[in-house]
Amino acid sequence: MKESVLPARRPARPGGWFHYLANPGRFQKLARPALPWLAAASLGFTVAGLAWGYWFAPADWQQGDAARIMYAHVPAAWVAMAGYAALALCSFVSLVWRHPLADIAAEEIGPVGAGFTGICLVSGALWGRPMWGAYWVWDARLTSVLILFFLYLGHITLIRAFDNKAHAYRAAAILALAGAVNLPVIVFSVQWWNTLHQGNSVSLAGSRIYPTMLYPLLVSALGFYLTFVTLVVARMSAAIAERKTAALLRAAAERAP
Amino acid sequence: MRAPRTRRLYLVLVCLACLGGATALALAGFSSSLTYFLSPRQVAAKAPPLGQTFRLGGIVQEGTVKTQLSGQTPTTLFAVTDGRAAVPVRFSGVLPDLFREGQGVVAIGAMGPGGVFVADEVLAKHGADYMPRDVEQALKESGKWDPRFGPPPAADSWGGEKAKGAGT
Repeated sequence: MKESVLPARRPARPGGWFHYLANPGRFQKLARPALPWLAAASLGFTVAGLAWGYWFAPADWQQGDAARIMYAHVPAAWVAMAGYAALALCSFVSLVWRHPLADIAAEEIGPVGAGFTGICLVSGALWGRPMWGAYWVWDARLTSVLILFFLYLGHITLIRAFDNKAHAYRAAAILALAGAVNLPVIVFSVQWWNTLHQGNSVSLAGSRIYPTMLYPLLVSALGFYLTFVTLVVARMSAAIAERKTAALLRAAAERAP
Repeated sequence: MRAPRTRRLYLVLVCLACLGGATALALAGFSSSLTYFLSPRQVAAKAPPLGQTFRLGGIVQEGTVKTQLSGQTPTTLFAVTDGRAAVPVRFSGVLPDLFREGQGVVAIGAMGPGGVFVADEVLAKHGADYMPRDVEQALKESGKWDPRFGPPPAADSWGGEKAKGAGT
């Protein structure tokens, strides 16, 4: 990053960086030039990961070619959960420190996260039909992910339901934080209860996927994460520009005779 | 008097802790109904009453699968086991592709006369291990993995098989 685009005044305290970077104007200066690069990297890694998985990775010993759905299903599920964690973090910052950028981020994460959760649910259903024999079962893993989808939809609706934006942000932040208890339930559901869904193949303890299938999965996951970041940053940037335009138009209308 | 944002911080943290605790208690209380299926051991200990629908989950016992064709629909008899108890199951219909001996299944149905579980639907359950077929063969041939005794060893200990098996 070039020095010239940042103001000379730098925060003195360590915690000051937090406030320094939370300014919408500075966010625009960082986000605008970064977006084309982010978009290119997202597209590159996603296409590379999916192509590697669908054409070059070996078929699974047990599920054959049907297991290739995992190269889309697993990254979508990871991003859906990480997106909600980001939404909860923004809501926490919004409630405690009232940061305008956290509110904008929360508003724009919702639709993107819901989209990835939808991809996860649909790809999971398409995988479940040939392998399990059912599109949908009400086990703890599937049900908790469906609840995650509804939490996203509820947040999207609530944050746009008020004329007073401050009220909307506070109500939606409380919903997002309360819903965060669902995240550990999703992760551990396959360990706490008997489920039809398989256990976790990749965890902190290690991977139970052979490297020739794990590497395309990780590349695809990187692509999905970058796509999520790109979409959220692009939406935030557009929202900030829209607000600025509206403010300038209002000011111009007041100046006009 | 603390700064408002410090007060809000503590307030939000306390609310989150209370909510987390309440959820944990509720889930612990409901844990039996959140379980998707009963194991053969649970059924052997206390079988649900005749005709009451429940889900039975376990492994298809080796050497117990018998299929008869009556008209158009095949009827399959097999036993579901968890290693300690086994429950005989009868199912009329087409089984999922993954159904085979030693494979995890969840059968939905009810206990019928004679202690036989009559399934209306059979779902296949699969493990969390993904590997190419040649690696699976190599692991079994080298004696590192016998499917009868659980899942394969951790993927990072498969180094030798890559050269032998997946090196093609």
